Amino acid sequence: MPDPLLTLAGVHTHIGHYHILQGVDFEIARGSFTVLLGRNGAGKTTTLRTIMGLWRASRGTIRFAGEDVTARPTPDIASAGIAYVPENMSVFSGLTVRENLVLAARAGKIDAARLEWIFSLFPALQRFFDSPAGTLSGGQKQMLAIARALIEPRDLILVDEPTKGLAPAIVGNMIKAFREAKNAGATVLLVEQNFKAARMLGDTVVVMDDGRIVHRGAMAELAADAALQQRLLGLHMEQHA
Amino acid sequence: MTDRIAEREETAVAAPRIDWIPILLTVGVALVALPLIGSFSTWMTLTVAALAMGMIIFIMASGLTLVFGLMDVINFGHGVFISVGAYMSLLVLWPLTGWVESPSIWLNIAVLVLCILVAMAISGLFGLAFERVIIRPVYRQHLKQILVTMGGLIIIEQLLHVFFGGSPITIALPQNFRGGLAIGPDIIVERYRLIAVVVGVIVFLAMMLVLNRTRIGLLVRAGVENPEMVEALGYRIRRLFVGVFVAGSALAGLGGVMWGFYQQTLTVGMGLQVLVLIFIVVIIGGLGSIGGCLIGSLLVALVANYTAFLEPKVALISNIALMLLVLMWRPQGLYPVVKV
Repeated sequence: MPDPLLTLAGVHTHIGHYHILQGVDFEIARGSFTVLLGRNGAGKTTTLRTIMGLWRASRGTIRFAGEDVTARPTPDIASAGIAYVPENMSVFSGLTVRENLVLAARAGKIDAARLEWIFSLFPALQRFFDSPAGTLSGGQKQMLAIARALIEPRDLILVDEPTKGLAPAIVGNMIKAFREAKNAGATVLLVEQNFKAARMLGDTVVVMDDGRIVHRGAMAELAADAALQQRLLGLHMEQHA
Repeated sequence: MTDRIAEREETAVAAPRIDWIPILLTVGVALVALPLIGSFSTWMTLTVAALAMGMIIFIMASGLTLVFGLMDVINFGHGVFISVGAYMSLLVLWPLTGWVESPSIWLNIAVLVLCILVAMAISGLFGLAFERVIIRPVYRQHLKQILVTMGGLIIIEQLLHVFFGGSPITIALPQNFRGGLAIGPDIIVERYRLIAVVVGVIVFLAMMLVLNRTRIGLLVRAGVENPEMVEALGYRIRRLFVGVFVAGSALAGLGGVMWGFYQQTLTVGMGLQVLVLIFIVVIIGGLGSIGGCLIGSLLVALVANYTAFLEPKVALISNIALMLLVLMWRPQGLYPVVKV
């Protein structure tokens, strides 16, 4: 792959006595939209947290934009240009929507045009701009978590299961937002259980099982191969019709 | 159906930001005490005394609640910064006795301000060293935190013994802060208590200003909720921890100065003596909540003063009973800080 933005080579992660990632290897090309798929407990969230330095890789190398970031502290990794949207959203409930976004804008203030773009993607955030994030609904919190990652241009956005537990109409908004981010040139690594959403967004797919990568390739290939889906993901046709 | 759910999600209404119930509860406690006490002037004297005491407790406890909330550190050594602050005021009071005894209110105010500044600076420096040497090796280890911070407290207390001796030291209030002030017919309140209230209000407003109007404050509030996410946004939370610890120690030093003047006697163990009260306030208020800390301080002081007047024996357990009742009502404290 020419000039990969992110490279994981033989990454192992231990959490306590558990050996979660067992030699993860994959690359992400600049400008690509990669979906990380896998059953529950496959190690997808651990992979994102290890990239962010929230859990330390016990072995292996993580390179971002040509730099070895394996042992770097999380703030340095974030400052290098990686935004992270965790599975539990982690919006700051006691802070308003505005304050959440101001904090995510490392420059100290929000770019007005960028904010307008975010409002066009998530109108609810405009309506509740000065409300505490804790008073938002689950879907709105998820919108805010994604908006926080989009408030400034980032080289790479890591997103962990953004559609989990959300109503289909809101999932639709989110897919639209990710498409626009992708069109704007963002590189995205998305962990997703919802194969229908994943298929609509991803151009590359990486599949994990038991802490290892078991498949990588084009999303179109996997989407067209029901048998491969069944083997890798345990999906039946009716689950992603 | 799903569209309807989505619509409901989209139009969720934001709840009001201020929870008035604990504030009204505090006012209610004061009002309920009035008919029980019977005399308005006595009630007023007790209430102003409680407000002064509450404000001093708030100053001493506010740093601890942030340290608790942001750093998840159980710092039993916090009390020693109160003692350090109180003793450091001697460095100003001894050479400037003339200012203390001066009839000029400006010189009296100047000596108080100097005491506060010196105490805050030196307590802050002690806090910096304490965080580096004692706290840093035991982050995320609560049991060890209790042991080593108690150990640190004992060491610094012994240092105070070495430099200032073991006997209690009497200090005099500046001339114009002595005695009472008539604020109504038959209502006389001690001047110093009014000053303590003013200082407490200034500290509270300054803290609210910093927490709500500055980027550092925003980071502290976010860090209290979810330090990991603050780091994932690119901020070095460890630096913030150190800053908050130093500020918390400096505030304890300020509280020590105010508490020392309140008692007019300094003992090395004075910080440890009020530590239990401070922990009660922090728990009642909600770990990490400055507003909760203020309301908790006032509530504790009001209940202690009223019960001491009405039923002195009950006063001995009034704070514990109050904490028990509050926790039965709100297990996370009056103003729980949502932690992720």
